Amino acid sequence: MEALYAMKAWELQDMIDRGEVSVSEVLDAVLARLEQVENEVHSYITLTLDAARAAAAEADRARDGGKSPGAAAGIPMAIKDVLCTRGIRTTCGSRILEEYIPVYDATVLERLRHAGLVLVGKANMDEFAMGSSTENSAYGPTRNPWDLERVPGGSSGGSAAAVAAGEAIWALGSDTGGSIRQPASFCGLVGMKPTYGLVSRYGLVAFASSLDQVGPIARDVRDCALLLSLIAGHDRRDSTSLRLEPPDYLSAMQGDIRGLRVGMPRELMQEGLTPGVRKAMEDCLQKFEQLGAEVDEATLPNLDYALSAYYIIAPAEASSNLARFDGVRYGLRVEGAEDMMEMYGRTRAAGFGPEVKRRIMLGTYALSAGYYEAYYGQAQKVRTLIIRDFDAAYEKYDILVSPTTPTPAFALGEKVEDPLAMYLSDVCTIPVNLAGIPAISIPCGLEDGLPVGLQIMGKVLDETTVLRAARVMEEALAFREKPGSGKGVGA
Amino acid sequence: MSGLEVVIGLEIHAELKTLSKMFCSCDASFGGEPNSRTCPVCLGLPGVLPVLNRKAVELATRLALALHCDIAPYSIFHRKNYFYPDMPKNFQISQYDLPLGIGGYLDLEMEEGRVRVGITRVHLEEDTGKTVHASESGRIHDSEYSLEDFNRAGVPLLEIVTEPDIRTPIQARMFMQELKSIMEHLEVSDCKMEEGSLRCDANVSLRPQGSPQLGVKAEVKNMNSFRALYRALDYEIMRQGDLLASGGEVVQETRHWDADSGVTTPLRTKEYAYDYRYFPEPDLVPLQLDLSFIDGVRAGLPELPSQRRSRLQEDLGLPEHDAGLLTSSKALADFFEAAVDAGAEPKAASNWMMGELSAHLNAHNIEISEVPITPAQLAAMIALIDKGVISGKIAKSVFEAMLASGNDAETIVKEKGITQISDEEELVRHIEEAIRENPASVEDYRKGKEKALGFLVGQVMRKTKGRANPQLVNELLRRSLEGEG
Repeated sequence: MEALYAMKAWELQDMIDRGEVSVSEVLDAVLARLEQVENEVHSYITLTLDAARAAAAEADRARDGGKSPGAAAGIPMAIKDVLCTRGIRTTCGSRILEEYIPVYDATVLERLRHAGLVLVGKANMDEFAMGSSTENSAYGPTRNPWDLERVPGGSSGGSAAAVAAGEAIWALGSDTGGSIRQPASFCGLVGMKPTYGLVSRYGLVAFASSLDQVGPIARDVRDCALLLSLIAGHDRRDSTSLRLEPPDYLSAMQGDIRGLRVGMPRELMQEGLTPGVRKAMEDCLQKFEQLGAEVDEATLPNLDYALSAYYIIAPAEASSNLARFDGVRYGLRVEGAEDMMEMYGRTRAAGFGPEVKRRIMLGTYALSAGYYEAYYGQAQKVRTLIIRDFDAAYEKYDILVSPTTPTPAFALGEKVEDPLAMYLSDVCTIPVNLAGIPAISIPCGLEDGLPVGLQIMGKVLDETTVLRAARVMEEALAFREKPGSGKGVGA
Repeated sequence: MSGLEVVIGLEIHAELKTLSKMFCSCDASFGGEPNSRTCPVCLGLPGVLPVLNRKAVELATRLALALHCDIAPYSIFHRKNYFYPDMPKNFQISQYDLPLGIGGYLDLEMEEGRVRVGITRVHLEEDTGKTVHASESGRIHDSEYSLEDFNRAGVPLLEIVTEPDIRTPIQARMFMQELKSIMEHLEVSDCKMEEGSLRCDANVSLRPQGSPQLGVKAEVKNMNSFRALYRALDYEIMRQGDLLASGGEVVQETRHWDADSGVTTPLRTKEYAYDYRYFPEPDLVPLQLDLSFIDGVRAGLPELPSQRRSRLQEDLGLPEHDAGLLTSSKALADFFEAAVDAGAEPKAASNWMMGELSAHLNAHNIEISEVPITPAQLAAMIALIDKGVISGKIAKSVFEAMLASGNDAETIVKEKGITQISDEEELVRHIEEAIRENPASVEDYRKGKEKALGFLVGQVMRKTKGRANPQLVNELLRRSLEGEG
């Protein structure tokens, strides 16, 4: 039998339901694994082990008392440290929030607690979710469980690494330009960015408000759907939250993909793809055809401008969202300033890392009088064109597919000095955020022992079709690889 | 100043009278222990999101309609970015290029005729917190540190911007009075300048008479009352006039009105102009008002001060002057109409309110809501005069006692024993005494000197300490004098 810490949530739930294992036993297995690998992987910024043990014991008591302990009960979880947790410090990977303890829970946390959350800890991340490698964390980088010399991706790298290394069964991340899908791809996991507005952003510390979305990172599509069902749905505290009752994704995603129209945007298959990624994609397209789908090359011409538009819009919003970290009310304050302006300056200079400062400056510039139209205004127009491209493509196709990233996980330090190269690793995921559509990444092969991800994009609010295609492909691809014990942490 | 035209535009901020704040459910009322009316949202804690207060939109629409604005069916909120510690997020959610209401006007009935002041825009935004500088002077330069109170942060604010159509300080004051009364009638704002729920800045410039171009303007701030507005504008016009007359130039700047010294002084500001980096607020969806909502608000508009003014003149026969004064505040007009409803003769009630009552309010610097008597009590007092129980002269002291104690006129009259003496027997006794003591005056009267009668009446009034019913004394005295003759 597989180790408990390596099992899927739904498998564990079945066992717990049948009384074959207790919630506390599952947690103990995960914590023992954590003890073993955390020093090497560094998935977490803050561990909440006592609270996790208490929650597990509570779930066991509830089950013994004949009550349902909730759908998330017994499933040790990692939460990206960008989601506010009441009474548990929430750093966003930043020095400026090193001591910050929120007074409220994010809506998704509330929902998960209601479902019996067992929280192992707050996962490492690129500072304020800005980055693609988790190297921009003020608390040190996270390493890829498949190869400890490589990055786990980012910005939700801690969440993905924790799940891949067996330090959590599943996790929540946030995705502004690929921050769930790219680390899921690098770590051989399933990660999903839902439709913008499907999951509440209340309590998600904002990076770029019009792009941010919370989503699941899991070991298979079924777990991903299960976790999505737990967090999706309208929240009146988030004005951009959609007023709808989400379906039960688990049952809605059943069925085959015969006749499904699959488009592959040629713009996402251009230069920069490694041979292994290209090969994996070709294999996937073959699989789609074998499964009865109709595969065709699609064209979304404006995707070529997506990266540029994104690096105007996201920093612009970030420059405003991050203005509140000023040392006045909470968080770091550097003393010794002569006046207020100097206090702001010193606090922010000491509190923010280089990438965050770079984006604040980019965004401030893009919004400045005289430059607004040329940059922010233009970027918004490009965004509209990209949305139209997707609308047009979805007239012809039910889903669009691409590699999640042009390459498998890169080495630590490889791109950290070259922001543009780092930005390019999100070239396939960014258009999805600009368009607000749902997309999932599932593992579809290996290149040199490193996982490669397949991205499946759907129409707005058509999570069901995305999940169904992902589930069918997952079954057909039968990806069973685990991190090796040579370069990686072992299974 | 000759040959120069004054050009004034106003920018007004009014706190909306909603129960909760603009983007959260915190109590929006004035006061409270510092920071007791706050939550994660209005404190701008990491991760929070704004949710628009529907009532604030309704109130803003109400005022925009009353000012004859076009209501935008689609408007959006922007972020106005700047760093200041009283702003928890370091940006203010405001409206920018798509405000709620545009292109309205307000007519002022002035001595010089009707003056129409254009309304450029009416928009919604959130208020900031309050900075308290910890020094005796309360000024930042003497303070070691400052404290922040965020109770006001996030209270919904209306910004009203006028066209540069105002030509005199009196017009400016009249505009503010009329706007305040409108907002009171609409119940959109408390309009208390001293609590800061109504604030006004003015752009002032001069230009050659008949010139189509605007002169260089100064923005005057810190005018905390209608009187301050008037005085500050008066001063600023004089200052600019003197400057231009002596060959100088007006500098575009922000000036601070100092009520104590009666001058405006330039506000110390940084050399650079602020760049607010406005961009659409991504955390809010566009505000879309459908026609049925707008029509519903329009249909629900109450009587406005101008309509009320006409009604008081036409239905109650009040002179224009009375109607104008009484409707300058909703509370005043309500008090008046309630007194009339309780039976008071309109002109009499108006006289008492504009005379004794207004004097009392001014002397004690209080609002009519703080007066301890009800409109019905005023009506009852007027009724006592009409019935001859007290004289008009006595009524003044009775009214004063009413305002001091809150007691009914009747109670006061009884307690002090100051009812009018209308008992004929008692009066005749005093009259006979007066006749006996003043034979010369009696003689004069009989010779036809009417004036002598007045003197004798006065003697009787003195003997009764003013309590005698003067009409009755007059009649009885005449009868006595003529009866003897």
